[in-house]
Amino acid sequence: MGGNDLEEKKSSGSKELLLKLGIPFVAVLAALLIGAGVIAFIGVDPWIAYKSLFMGSLSNVNSMAETLVKTTPLIFTALSYAFAARCGLVNLGAEGQLYAGAIFSTTLAIYLTGLPMIIHLPVAISAGFIGGGLWGLLAGWLKVRFGASEVITTIMLNYIAVHFLSFLVTGPMIEPPGNFPQTPQAQLSAILPKIVPGTRLHLGFIIALLAILFYYFFLWKTTTGYETRVVGLNPTAAEYAGINPTKNALLAMFIAGGFAGLAGTSEILGIQLRMFQAFSPGYGFDGIAVALLGGGTPVGILIAGILFGILRSGANMMQMLARVPIAIIYIIQAFVIIFVISSGYFTKAYNKRKLEKQAREGGTNNGNTDIDS
Amino acid sequence: MAENILEMKNIVKQFPGVLANDHVTFTVEKGEVHTLLGENGAGKSTLMNILYGLYSPTSGEIWLHGEKVDIHSPRVAIEHGIGMVHQHFMLIPALTVIENVVLGMAQNKQILDLDKAADEIVALAKKYNMKVEPYQMVENLTVGEQQRLEILKALYRGADLLILDEPTAVLTPQEVDELFKMIRLLTSEGHTVIFISHKLNEVMTISNRITVLRGGKSCETVLKGNTDKHQLAKLMVGREIDLQRVEGLPDLGEIVLEMKKVECMSDKGVKALKGLSLEVRKGEILGIAGVDGNGQDEMLECISGLRKVTSGTITIAGTDSTNEHPRNILARGVAHIPADRHKRGMISQMSIKENLMLIDYYKEPFSKNHLLDWKVIEDASKRMVKAFNVKTPSIETMGGSLSGGNQQKMVLARELDRDPEFLIAAHPVRGLDIGATEYVRERLLEERKKGAGILLVSTELEEIMTLSDRIAVIYEGEIMGVVDVYDATVAELGLMMAGSRKVELDATTY
Repeated sequence: MGGNDLEEKKSSGSKELLLKLGIPFVAVLAALLIGAGVIAFIGVDPWIAYKSLFMGSLSNVNSMAETLVKTTPLIFTALSYAFAARCGLVNLGAEGQLYAGAIFSTTLAIYLTGLPMIIHLPVAISAGFIGGGLWGLLAGWLKVRFGASEVITTIMLNYIAVHFLSFLVTGPMIEPPGNFPQTPQAQLSAILPKIVPGTRLHLGFIIALLAILFYYFFLWKTTTGYETRVVGLNPTAAEYAGINPTKNALLAMFIAGGFAGLAGTSEILGIQLRMFQAFSPGYGFDGIAVALLGGGTPVGILIAGILFGILRSGANMMQMLARVPIAIIYIIQAFVIIFVISSGYFTKAYNKRKLEKQAREGGTNNGNTDIDS
Repeated sequence: MAENILEMKNIVKQFPGVLANDHVTFTVEKGEVHTLLGENGAGKSTLMNILYGLYSPTSGEIWLHGEKVDIHSPRVAIEHGIGMVHQHFMLIPALTVIENVVLGMAQNKQILDLDKAADEIVALAKKYNMKVEPYQMVENLTVGEQQRLEILKALYRGADLLILDEPTAVLTPQEVDELFKMIRLLTSEGHTVIFISHKLNEVMTISNRITVLRGGKSCETVLKGNTDKHQLAKLMVGREIDLQRVEGLPDLGEIVLEMKKVECMSDKGVKALKGLSLEVRKGEILGIAGVDGNGQDEMLECISGLRKVTSGTITIAGTDSTNEHPRNILARGVAHIPADRHKRGMISQMSIKENLMLIDYYKEPFSKNHLLDWKVIEDASKRMVKAFNVKTPSIETMGGSLSGGNQQKMVLARELDRDPEFLIAAHPVRGLDIGATEYVRERLLEERKKGAGILLVSTELEEIMTLSDRIAVIYEGEIMGVVDVYDATVAELGLMMAGSRKVELDATTY
């Protein structure tokens, strides 16, 4: 009996793993199928459309580099959402934190002069992390101090950051003589160098990979990261173990904001080289999608980030060759997310079936079922 | 003899893994106050939720007014004249009294006539000597007023059989008196009341008949006149207990826990502990007996630093630990098996090894310079899993996918592996099967032998009497008395659990 028991546990364990890996895969596939339907509906051969999509994103060095360029900010903002989620917080403020980070780093990149790159660039990048971090911390503080839901405050802080940046680029930081609403260009010593010659792929992508490593290392190798996860999964158990949930919530919001700040920083110092209004096409929100699709795991976020990068960078080619509007990509992205989110329904149904089976077999798994007398 | 308004026959309710009602039979006569008495988990709420259509029974029949009925939803229950006042009120604070009253009523039209309803509710309230302000916001009402509103709401819907689920739990003594007056008025008007409680004093005051539920079964229905608190306490906790203690006298050491006149508030903002004092010595097990909800949870939270002590002192291992940070208390050789392992004791979505490191992860050898040493943690986890016989395919398995018994063993492993000087064990065997229960008890006795002081909290009197060296009885946040286990009788403990002080009992006996 004992041996049988063990076998059963093992097989159901691997079933669960399959379910976990299968969900994102099925979600993407289903979304692409629906996308194909929509493309066919507007009178284009979906095969040609998708072929040009992947040609535009993966067919040569230049297009692959462009894919990774699009991937870079998505990885940062996905890490932002995922990190806060690990601590049980919903950070919908990556967009605002991205802008806050950009403001901090760009300011130093423009107005600090005479420094060698080896100092200037790290200073500007750190400033970007701190700027985004402080913006995130503000939402964390509002929650801890006043009990204000971070779901609301992070969204509201987005508007403040976006519009404050608009104010800066039309007023105090405007490039002389003031013909265009944009800042002067960053100092050469603060610009992220290209890592593949002849493409736009810059050092920011490497930093994004390092950020994924940091995410993994912090959460699973340090005591503070462990605390963060305990607080996220069971705050009352954290209290019992002497872990301070408040301190961890503040720290989590700071780091989450910092990741988003790096998205803004790498976008300005790597691609745009100067700040202007609304320079982010919603990277902060797409990051949520990437984090969800990647299941909040380091590898998942990398893969999901690249996938979204492919969709984004191939969209232009698809529009040019197959005459399919870019908006199709947004439809596909939206369906991916809808499927990933609603997958919770299927896992629940699966778990319920399992429980019922146990009950029928007279299982004694009563510890998992809470019943009010 | 009055007619039976309600008969519930052989009700069975099977939840996954738990038999909540096991062939319960329950009969209520018209116009009586019938108390359903039993400990938490005895199946009272399940039975009432079946009657109110919130659960459907696995098997069994419900007869109302001599007719078999099928109550598959609360709406059907209401149509049959059943009203239920839940322990947690089903009111919307941001709406007015009258809006709450008409909420969800079948006869509501597209346009509400609130003024008419308001007139009706005021008239109805007058009939029962109550005052209502129909346009007052519910959030401005006191708890007692909200409860009266809930009762009115049920009456307005035509209820003649009222279920009151632990109505006194949230009330002050004065409000309880008012509630009882209202209940008497209701029954004199021909209404019938099912009163759910585990407070014996109240039960003896208000009931006509009492049905005791124990472990999901109905064990007896008694007339109030034919019983007393003593008998009820015994029915509730089980038969006279045959003591089979193999343990000898404790080898007593110094005092490891001393509580002096400790007071604290409950989550609801009423005093949960009222000057509670007790002490535990090394080498002994002090059992805390008492009906659930008399301050046990709050007491343990005060000791472990999870709840603010408002007055009094707590000394652990000779050091003042009143309102100390939980981690500092744990660091004084304290281990804690929490009452609710899902709430505090474990993290279901973390692996076994991550659960086993929960208390000591920040210390060497589990970590150094804030870096976790997984090799050490894994070795220690394997050792603990083996030593405590946790049945699992691996230490990477999620804590939540273990069976209840193995989850408890996992918590036990973590806490006992720390070699505590003082161990808090709250309901350590609740929900476990016989094998796991035996195992947990043996480990506790082993710790006692090793010289740890143990504070054991349980609502199972049998468990308390088998394991403890001394027994303290808690009632409404106070210790009614402390007895040596060899002098203890179920009768005496039962009376103390119902609120009599040991000194008073001694005075009447001798």
